[in-house]
Amino acid sequence: MGQLLGHAVPKSLSHLFMILISLIMIVPFLWMLSTSFKLQEEVFQYPIQWIPQVFHFENYVEVWTSIPFPLYYFNSLKVSVLVTLGQLITCSLAGYAFARLDFPGKNRLFIMYFAAFMIPYQVIMIPQYFVIKKLGLVDSHWALILLEIFSPYGVFLMRQFLSGISKELSEAARIDGCNEFGIFARIILPLAKPALATLGIFAFSWVWNDFQAPLIYLTSDSLKTLPLGLASLNGEFTSQTQLVMAGTVLSLIPVVTVFLFFQRYFISGITAGSVKG
Amino acid sequence: MSSLNKSVPAAQGASLAKGREPSLWQRMMHPQARTAYLFLLPNLLGFLLFIAVPSVMALGLGFTEWDGYNPVKWTGLSNYVRLMQDENFRIALQNTLLYTFGSCLLVIIASLSLALLVNQKMKGMSLYRAAFFFPHIASFIAVAVVWQAIFNPTLGPLNMFLGKFMDHPPGWLISSDWALFSIILVSAWKMAGYYMLLFLAGLQGISKELYEAANIDGANILQRFRNITLPMLSPVTFFVIITCIINLFKSFDLVYVMTGGGPGRSTKLLVYDIFVQSFRNSAFGYASAEAIVLFLIVLAITYVQFKGEKRWVNY
Repeated sequence: MGQLLGHAVPKSLSHLFMILISLIMIVPFLWMLSTSFKLQEEVFQYPIQWIPQVFHFENYVEVWTSIPFPLYYFNSLKVSVLVTLGQLITCSLAGYAFARLDFPGKNRLFIMYFAAFMIPYQVIMIPQYFVIKKLGLVDSHWALILLEIFSPYGVFLMRQFLSGISKELSEAARIDGCNEFGIFARIILPLAKPALATLGIFAFSWVWNDFQAPLIYLTSDSLKTLPLGLASLNGEFTSQTQLVMAGTVLSLIPVVTVFLFFQRYFISGITAGSVKG
Repeated sequence: MSSLNKSVPAAQGASLAKGREPSLWQRMMHPQARTAYLFLLPNLLGFLLFIAVPSVMALGLGFTEWDGYNPVKWTGLSNYVRLMQDENFRIALQNTLLYTFGSCLLVIIASLSLALLVNQKMKGMSLYRAAFFFPHIASFIAVAVVWQAIFNPTLGPLNMFLGKFMDHPPGWLISSDWALFSIILVSAWKMAGYYMLLFLAGLQGISKELYEAANIDGANILQRFRNITLPMLSPVTFFVIITCIINLFKSFDLVYVMTGGGPGRSTKLLVYDIFVQSFRNSAFGYASAEAIVLFLIVLAITYVQFKGEKRWVNY
């Protein structure tokens, strides 16, 4: 808008406006953070006391100990890490084939992947359940891991990135007698680190935040992931908002940390599909 | 290039020499093609079993009755006949369309405005961008839990604040008139930052020379927006509308946590009803028929979009 607006609006006014909108986006989170340190009777006091007089860290201790929060945390971490590794391996291999190799049926297969990525989850969730049930994997982490590893989006993303790397690099390696897997592992993958980081972060935060699939497949309390734990915390402790907020803060920490450190990969994952595609 | 040509499975060289095309099997067994299939295999096997096969099965299950335990029973069109008479389904469908188009409109207005704002050179811009994007990072469950507390009609901070200006602030999630609107607001608030980034990438792709030329011609802001920004942005807008609508049709988490479809049936969405019918009431066949209707609607909307694309998308 530099070009669109020119100098029509003074800078100080722009800043004021930007701060106002930032507040609309951030205030609910600030309220959550502030509430998580309060006593029950302070939660709904008005006017809102944004900085509590005494910080009650014991809310966090209580959430951590009164429900199996550490277990939910571990389960979420386990499933998210395994799915992320699985996606990085299988999607980069498949993306490589689509981007840099020729084979009969390539276009048809790619259209199939692309179509799958447009189908809403709820359309295939019942037949998926049928398949997982036949495999005897209902109420296990395997159900989530298997359903989420083979992501069409991941293949699509890797293909977009990998087709941007010069073909001459592969040819030079082929002339030197390097086999295709060697080219993939030793030459192309090291160049595709930003793409791998993008896919990794995308997969991790997707699985970490996923709710509906865990809700369907995980019935044993010992297997539940964090979003399920948070939803049941919210249902059980309705009157103890400060505890629910402390649990929510804990659930946000990993994804927010990843975002703060790897912001640019987060953003490239979003724009890759629309602009480069 | 020469080595690449040698390994291309179409093998034009070979066909010239022998005077005929190699068969499909020969082309598939060509060394490079074989390598390619090996690269594809790990993902393709999982994709076929867990995504492609279920997609095909989805079509069939709508014509059956299945309770999750006993064998699947073929019932023909009866699920669809029942759907047409089911008031629950009609309400869920209405709510879904209202929710999807309402949120989509808000998301597009908000995200385009945000993108225009953050596409300026200003101190602290990366902080503003991060702030606008922040709700997208949090899970829908976290967002739902926080907003549910904020919307609390008697004690919540929102109505405490509004209470200073009006005698009867809205009941938000507990009022059947306001509940769907509340969910629409939260969705748009959460999703705007994501689409802002897409619009921003589009805006940064517009050549500065166009604006300079327009300035020389004396075009004002509105004219520049209407005649340069909007048309140049149209491919991105097209992409945003399609993905936004598909994402909204899939929204489940907010309703599950914040309202459970209520009060009454005021926030019952199609995807929520599909979940309840299948995994709560064990009517998997009936729910599959609903899912197929959902799919057909999404397909029809996407098709209309692509048909209309030529009229307003510029390149």
